[in-house]
Amino acid sequence: MAFTLKINGSPHKVDVDGDIPLLWVIRDVLGMTGTKFGCGQALCGACTVHVDGAPTRSCVTPVESIGDSAITTIEAIGREPQGAAIQKAWLDLEVVQCGYCQSGQIMSAAALLKDTPKPTDADIDAAMSGNVCRCGTYQRIRAAIKHAAGV
Amino acid sequence: MSGLNPETQISDNTAVSRRAFLQGTGLLLGFALTAASTEPVFAAPVLENEVTGIFAPNGFIRINPTGAITLVMPMIEMGQGIYTSLSMLLAEELEVPIDQIQLQHAPPNHALYANSIIGIQNTGGSASVRAFWTPLRQAGAVGRNLLIAAAATRWGVDPMTCRAKDGAVFDASGSMRLSYGELAEAAAKLPVPPAANVKLKEPKDFTLIGSRTKRVDSSIKVNGRALYGIDKRLPGMKIAAVAITPVLGGKAKTVNEKAALAVKGVRQVVDIGEAVAVVADHNGAAKKGLEAAAIIWDDGPNGNVSNADIVRQLEQESKKPGAIARNDGNTEKALAAAAQRVDAIYQVPFLAHAAMEPMNCTAQLRKDRCDIWVGTQAPTITQSQVAELTGLPIDAIKIHNHLIGGGFGRRLEPDGTILAVKIARHVDGPVKVIWSREEDIQHDMYRPYYFDRLSAGLDEAGKPVAWAHRIAGSSVMARYYPPYVKDGLDPDAVEAAAEPPYALPNIHVDYVQVEPPGVRTSWWRGVGPTHNVFVVESFIDELAHAAKQDPVAYRKGLLGHNPRALAVLSLAAEKAGWGLPLPARHGRGISVQFAYGSYASQVAEVEVAADGSIKVTRIVCAIDCGMYVNPDTIEAQVQGGTLFGLTAALHGLITFKDGRVEQSNFHDYLPMRIDEVPVVETHLITNAEAPGGIGEAPTAIVSAAVNNAIFAATGKRLRSLPFDTNSLKSSS
Repeated sequence: MAFTLKINGSPHKVDVDGDIPLLWVIRDVLGMTGTKFGCGQALCGACTVHVDGAPTRSCVTPVESIGDSAITTIEAIGREPQGAAIQKAWLDLEVVQCGYCQSGQIMSAAALLKDTPKPTDADIDAAMSGNVCRCGTYQRIRAAIKHAAGV
Repeated sequence: MSGLNPETQISDNTAVSRRAFLQGTGLLLGFALTAASTEPVFAAPVLENEVTGIFAPNGFIRINPTGAITLVMPMIEMGQGIYTSLSMLLAEELEVPIDQIQLQHAPPNHALYANSIIGIQNTGGSASVRAFWTPLRQAGAVGRNLLIAAAATRWGVDPMTCRAKDGAVFDASGSMRLSYGELAEAAAKLPVPPAANVKLKEPKDFTLIGSRTKRVDSSIKVNGRALYGIDKRLPGMKIAAVAITPVLGGKAKTVNEKAALAVKGVRQVVDIGEAVAVVADHNGAAKKGLEAAAIIWDDGPNGNVSNADIVRQLEQESKKPGAIARNDGNTEKALAAAAQRVDAIYQVPFLAHAAMEPMNCTAQLRKDRCDIWVGTQAPTITQSQVAELTGLPIDAIKIHNHLIGGGFGRRLEPDGTILAVKIARHVDGPVKVIWSREEDIQHDMYRPYYFDRLSAGLDEAGKPVAWAHRIAGSSVMARYYPPYVKDGLDPDAVEAAAEPPYALPNIHVDYVQVEPPGVRTSWWRGVGPTHNVFVVESFIDELAHAAKQDPVAYRKGLLGHNPRALAVLSLAAEKAGWGLPLPARHGRGISVQFAYGSYASQVAEVEVAADGSIKVTRIVCAIDCGMYVNPDTIEAQVQGGTLFGLTAALHGLITFKDGRVEQSNFHDYLPMRIDEVPVVETHLITNAEAPGGIGEAPTAIVSAAVNNAIFAATGKRLRSLPFDTNSLKSSS
């Protein structure tokens, strides 16, 4: 089936089965590799993108469910103020290690700040506990979110 | 662009120079390294300069006339910050600003890029800074001296009056300046001095080493531009999803190829017996096709393997004497004569690595060459195994290394690459093989299950007068580096057990190799010490309790001969507020270790709820790793390494039933999540000792500290991992 996806402000035509997860369309069909594959079961958050601003696990999101919704990926999150603030905080506080999960962490954190500009620790736990980091950068992730939020 | 040039490696874009390296040129400083020596031996037959226009005084430095400065990274970046630390070592002596350099992954080349501690070009063992501390500073100093000499010749002045700074050479007055780019061609024509003759900076003059320095790979890791192996894209590339026999040694019995091929986007089904791959235009189609293939497996000889049998085998075999790792005094006699005897059995489980980047490899096999795009900790091993598999000469195997999305030892194994090449044999053009998370967890090479027997004898004052420790488990070393195993003794399996930091007059430590059927074992972050420190430091805590002494005071009494261990222990205890009162069912525990050339001590603070659940609230870590490169990296490694070990202690468990791994994804092989994370504090000791490793030390030390805290909180002594919360339920 043919779909036209609005990704990072541009239309992209793809021809795949409707049940194919959005993740593989973004990565393999369209070649945007910033969004990562981690588990395929919405258990780790590495594949998080925004669908109409909401953090969404693209590994379990069928492409046919997207419709006209606007998709934002890590490649363009820096164009939004919350995304830019989070990216800057990640650099200021030296969050990354291997970096593989960080696209997803940043997408979740940017969405958190959009909804909750001054998050508490409990807000951070709720918004971020779906994102796994095996390097263990959590302490700096928490600090960087607060740094970006100015709390 | 400054920083990492993520897609290139030196063999790709400077093929000529690589040939020059291999053959030796006037500019080549060939490293001849042996496993035993950390001193590089420079041997460079002077031939015609083939590297026209490029200043390449050794394997690590490239300067173009355009001014581009490239540093070649012999060790691979997998999060540990090594690209930054190694760049700092080179940049310190070369006198270039770290934000003006580009980095490239080194190609496989034992002669140039071997890690002198490990003996080959492997990234692991917390050995990179230790091994390259001197050679990279020498390499930078050689480069700087040549550039200064070139400038001095141009100006007709004594090189001693010139100095280098920020990528340029200045004359004595500071009024004349030539950039490294302007000097590259002239410097390339000068004879290379022996590295040993080059004077290195005094530590007091370091401007980079020892100071908090920003990582060179951060910017590309926050905007999605970093390229890991799994991100490789090539013209005409296909993607393969793979199913590997669920039981080691099994093979596919039936495959519904027709159903798989009926899926839109699927191009091909490849059945290699041990695995079936569905090759498609994208991984969505490949995975769908693999499901449609409805593979039925023939389990082969290991279909009955179970954890219970594996443990029973270990229990039996550990009754027999093993290869002796340490034998001081007369332990048997001292044990018999002791005023008090303590015996214990400790066990730790199989563990998966579960790096965030699932196993993957892109391969293209042609008649006369094989290209491999992968993130690997072991490029030369991978290269030689692919050569063996394909029958191609070693130089025909092109390893294009990538950033690794978490290594933890998993990427020391070339199995994923071998599998990809076996599949690529049947595919026209490049194919990227991606394992699902389930395949990744169920076909890992696991941290061995270890079964330990300990006995100690205490005198009237409670001091240990006898210490006997037998370790039974799989030997990774016997498979991976067979020459290192002598008379049945695996030095890794006994590391940190054969030489506990304490004064023990009668000590006997031995090792029994027991290979479980149907299970592949391998290196896991922290290797031997991750298991042994848990055992030794938990058991010494048992002895403190038996002696009715405070765990810190008891350890201090046994560390009088070991000032660095005593210092980290004292520092951790002080910073943690050891001895201050805590509420009921809260407790503090301590552990101390010497491993990877570094001393560490941790105090863990825990709260054990009435239902037995454990909350680790605070970890205080004191580290003495000698001279250090980047204190921010050390802090990050302490934070992350601690959580890696803590995750395993709280949740890590791989079990076998009917020959199959029972866990499959992050719902049953639990990672630590942000809502479970304690504050980890790092206290770094500064001294002038030789550099020690840091990537694994915090992983190895944490489980004992937490175990001892659980004991302090509940009075219950746990002797296996992961912690059994059921046994910690409050009886009240």
